[in-house]
Amino acid sequence: MNNTVIAYYPGCSGKGSSAEYDLSTRTVLRHLGVDALEVENWSCCGSSPAHAVDHVLSAALSGRNLARVRSMGHDLVTTPCPSCLSNLKNAAHAVRDDDVRAKVNSLLDEECPTDVEAISTLQFFLEQVGLDTIQEAVVNPMPTLRVVCYYGCLTTRPPKLMCFDDPENPMSMDNILECCGIEVIPFPLKVDCCGAAFGMPRNDISSRLSGNILNMASELEADAVVVACPLCQMNLDLRQNQVNKACGTHHQMPIFYFTQLMGLSMGLSKKNLGLSKLAVNPEPCLARAGVR
Amino acid sequence: MHIGVFVCHCGSNISGTVDCPQTAKAAGEFPDVVYSTDEMYTCSEPGQESIIRAIKEHNLDGVVVASCSPRMHEATFRRTVERAGLNPYMFEMANIREHVSWVGRDKALNTRKAIDLIGMAVAKLRNGTPLFSERFNVTRKLMVIGGGVAGIQAALDAADSGIEVVLVERETTIGGKMAKLDKTFPTIDCSSCVLGPKMVEVAQHPKITLYAASEVDNVSGYVGNFTVQVRKRAVYVDWDACTGCGLCTEKCPSRKTPDPFNELIATTTAINIPFPQAIPKKATINPDYCLQLTKGKCGVCAKVCPVGCIDFEQQDKIEEVQVGAIVVATGYDLFDYSVYKQYGAGKLPDVITSLQYERLLNASGPTGGHVLRPSDGAEPKHVVFIQCVGSRDKSKGRAYCSSFCCMYTAKQAILTKSHLPDSQSYVFYMDIRSPGKGYDEFTRRTQELYGAQYIRGRVSSIHQHGSSLVVRGADTLAGMQVEIKADLVVLAVGIEPSRNSQKLAATLHISADTDGFFMEGHPKLKPVETNTAGVFLAGCCQGPRDIPTSVSMGSAAAAKAMVLFSNEQLESDPQVATVNATRCVGCYKCVKTCPFGAILESEDRWKNPKAEVLPTICKGCGICSVTCPHGAIQLNHFTDNQLLAEVNAICPLPTI
Repeated sequence: MNNTVIAYYPGCSGKGSSAEYDLSTRTVLRHLGVDALEVENWSCCGSSPAHAVDHVLSAALSGRNLARVRSMGHDLVTTPCPSCLSNLKNAAHAVRDDDVRAKVNSLLDEECPTDVEAISTLQFFLEQVGLDTIQEAVVNPMPTLRVVCYYGCLTTRPPKLMCFDDPENPMSMDNILECCGIEVIPFPLKVDCCGAAFGMPRNDISSRLSGNILNMASELEADAVVVACPLCQMNLDLRQNQVNKACGTHHQMPIFYFTQLMGLSMGLSKKNLGLSKLAVNPEPCLARAGVR
Repeated sequence: MHIGVFVCHCGSNISGTVDCPQTAKAAGEFPDVVYSTDEMYTCSEPGQESIIRAIKEHNLDGVVVASCSPRMHEATFRRTVERAGLNPYMFEMANIREHVSWVGRDKALNTRKAIDLIGMAVAKLRNGTPLFSERFNVTRKLMVIGGGVAGIQAALDAADSGIEVVLVERETTIGGKMAKLDKTFPTIDCSSCVLGPKMVEVAQHPKITLYAASEVDNVSGYVGNFTVQVRKRAVYVDWDACTGCGLCTEKCPSRKTPDPFNELIATTTAINIPFPQAIPKKATINPDYCLQLTKGKCGVCAKVCPVGCIDFEQQDKIEEVQVGAIVVATGYDLFDYSVYKQYGAGKLPDVITSLQYERLLNASGPTGGHVLRPSDGAEPKHVVFIQCVGSRDKSKGRAYCSSFCCMYTAKQAILTKSHLPDSQSYVFYMDIRSPGKGYDEFTRRTQELYGAQYIRGRVSSIHQHGSSLVVRGADTLAGMQVEIKADLVVLAVGIEPSRNSQKLAATLHISADTDGFFMEGHPKLKPVETNTAGVFLAGCCQGPRDIPTSVSMGSAAAAKAMVLFSNEQLESDPQVATVNATRCVGCYKCVKTCPFGAILESEDRWKNPKAEVLPTICKGCGICSVTCPHGAIQLNHFTDNQLLAEVNAICPLPTI
């Protein structure tokens, strides 16, 4: 995988709440010989509000970013964030319709391309880097680290749009982490809801749903939960105290991004994987797994 | 030539979008047409009488009926013109219903097309010649493929009427799926007690020859005279000598052999007899698990067998059987539910299929009739049944209803309560489909008397939680989500045509529908016939059926065979290829292209090479006539002259 250059869309959370996801993703990609080129002058993908207000506006916001990718001479863009991915994919799909494309283009300075594809970095790791290459890079397997993979709602859904992995029982992260020498426990709630954006308006709902996931992980005697979505991570990690309070539990469950564990297994420094950014301290768990 | 044209209204089926009187009037202008009229229902008795009357009054020597598809009524009208003294092949049909009125809305355009089609039929008829059938003998012997309850019924009924029957069964015993069931709905009577005597009757009937562990390899010939190659699979036991004592199965050390009769929830021995009432009750060796056959050392069965019937060298044997008709009763298999990842994808031990549950309920099953779940052998307390797994689910490519799952699920819920009085059953359903005598009362009894809780809604996921299963679903009547902690989950898995049935369809030259079930001759009026003469259908191979319907179909198929065999001789179809010997140069291209082997490399009396058609084997497909470089081989009733006349009728040469 030497000197592959890909267009990379970090999304807003990559620059803020999930800076460690962005950092660890870039670190691991670089280590595997992939140069992640940030989309020049990228803008908001529309996030949750845009498509709730206006589909054309939402398509235009993401369409602009697709146009940026095209102007860089790329026809593939990867993003670590499932929500960004969903918006980019939706826009690419919507502008195939002539009417929608005309409306979108009337809002943009540059024409929205119809031939730029967006995929998740998870899919990129699995399909373009490949499990063999990942396995070759592993120098520090962690066989005593027991984790569960939690995919959330958007990683594989809606299936006809995402065209990736099984929507009911995804295995992509499980397979990657097993390649990294980590023990992955089958997790029945891997596509359940974490509460998503309800953390703010209805914290009670969000806490209950996130609580279910943490309870199940803990019952399965997992050392940590591994995720691929900044919002899932926030609900499970940053809000873990809220969940504990609401559910009367005492979880101290580290919530890793899968790229952080990939990096650790490849012997990359904790600093470059942003481990200190996690709210629940992962150190005790890593110490038990023999990671220094 | 004097041709009469009869344009049918078919009630409003045709006249709704075709101007029939105008069509009839226009048809009167075609060459040689001396009489044309329109009729309300040409196929009715008065309609047919008016054809006969017109033939006599107008001295007609050819008739065109413009109505429905020839598949519907060609035979009817051929008989009509024959009754009036004409050759039945001096008749043509123009299909102005399926090809015109049912597919077009514009009345003016439809009328024009109808007139064109009649013009073609008239042109074809003007170039037609009378054809005469030949008579041939019938082999009064019936083959039944598949020994489930439908095939057993067909075999017994035919045999009781005095017909020789050959019953071919793929498995090592007859009985099919019914033999695996514990009880049957809606009477809760013991399945094997009902079926057992019939199976014994098959074994003892002097008119029935049973080929178990056998498959149909090839079928050639035609109605009345089929030649079937039956492959008798190697079972490594001389069945003529085997007494079914079972000593070998007791001593066989290979005890981890998967047991398909128990739906793989139990293991058996490498040499085994599937169940105590098996017919034939003979031992069979599974070569994949036999130590002697895989590793070359063991042979315990051969040592203990009191009659010395073990034969490790046995090979498949092919036998040729001559029969006059074939009943196909190949049944069904279960849908592979592992595509439902949300139901554990087949990996959760306590999520089982309905047929596996039958084996757990059955006294001759692996648990001796005690309901014990597979994972830890504990008695379940909360049992969840999920209906429509692989039925009525377009996302899994299964749009059809498997028809009998609602009923057997209700039965299994009742049986669960009688086996485990402290248990509670839950049934997730989409709709309860119970149209049958006593059926709806039965499903109500399940709920009202046996306390099964019916929840209308789909299950979204099943996951293991400790030693129990968490079943999550929707209750669409209450408008809420439900979560049930279950000890055992039984999936009412939908059915699909038996494996390899597509291959059998090709062998028999019968067709299958988009779901793979064999096509009946007519959905309403020919439910047990196929479009291949002499091949009949019974049971689930034609579509999902419960036991009573499968049995009825078995009897009906046997009756159809009896009707066929009531003729001493049959008439051959004269619409076959014929060779014009003066034109044939003996290149034998036709011999190579004929898919039925109906053309021989022959010679005339001066020893010149000539092709020769065997009219009884020819199916009239016409491939030979397009292959022949000299136009020497022609298909009767579809000659080049007739087809070109049709083309000229719709594409007339421009007049200059």
